[in-house]
Amino acid sequence: MSETKDIQVQETEKQIAETGEAERTREGLCFVPRVDIYETNESIEVVADMPGVNEDSVDITLENDVLTINGCVQPEQPEGYSLSYGEYQVGDYHRRFSLSDQINRDGIEATVKDGVLRLHLPKAQPTRKKIAIKAG
Amino acid sequence: MLMRPFDPFYSFSPWREMERLRREMNRLFATVTPAQFGVAPAYPAMNVWTNEEGAIVTAELPGVQTEDIDISVEGDTLTLRGDRQPDEVGEDITYHRRERGYGRFVRTLRLPFNVEPDKVEAIFKNGVLRISLPRAEAEKPRKITVKTG
Repeated sequence: MSETKDIQVQETEKQIAETGEAERTREGLCFVPRVDIYETNESIEVVADMPGVNEDSVDITLENDVLTINGCVQPEQPEGYSLSYGEYQVGDYHRRFSLSDQINRDGIEATVKDGVLRLHLPKAQPTRKKIAIKAG
Repeated sequence: MLMRPFDPFYSFSPWREMERLRREMNRLFATVTPAQFGVAPAYPAMNVWTNEEGAIVTAELPGVQTEDIDISVEGDTLTLRGDRQPDEVGEDITYHRRERGYGRFVRTLRLPFNVEPDKVEAIFKNGVLRISLPRAEAEKPRKITVKTG
């Protein structure tokens, strides 16, 4: 799509992550990063908005087809200033996905740029077998 | 509706009922986040930090390129413009999830003081924009020493 549209306002609010049964050891807020996930014939691509993280503060694990993204953000408060108007809060990021396709673990690549994490997860079998449906 | 105790001086007023209803609604909606009700949040969300010297405005703009950010200051008004470009993806792809928005945005913020436009600085790091806006020299609060006469 080449046309540009205005960013929808509903999408600006950060969503607080539910950590499930395990409690976090670190204090502070934890958010669900917004993601785009798309699939090509060869791979699955995950793009996540995680403002404030860099390549050292993101932790990605793939275990039993469950992909876990963790991002650690140190809230920065400008020294000598006090917050007089706040619209967003800063915190860590956490999100999990279960992947149905077999992933070639050796080929996983991850980059972080401008607060956006990009994950390249190549499929183990790049050729997808299409099943023909016969008319009965 | 709640039952009222008998009050001989109570007379039914539709205005009073409306007011009561309004209060009730406010109380209900106060527990819901503004994303669902009330004022629609503008993009990007901003935090404003202030002291006597000036203000620091921060905004989260993940994936926006530095050249697509345009900041202008006029008097006490800060305008932030930008364009978040969509990802370049090849053809023949299937989206599983699409939660990230893209497009142009503009936001205007009025500060409680005039800004020294030549000293405005902006840093964009890890998708977080930080604009420091020093207060105009002429407007800075001055400490007045009281002399004994």
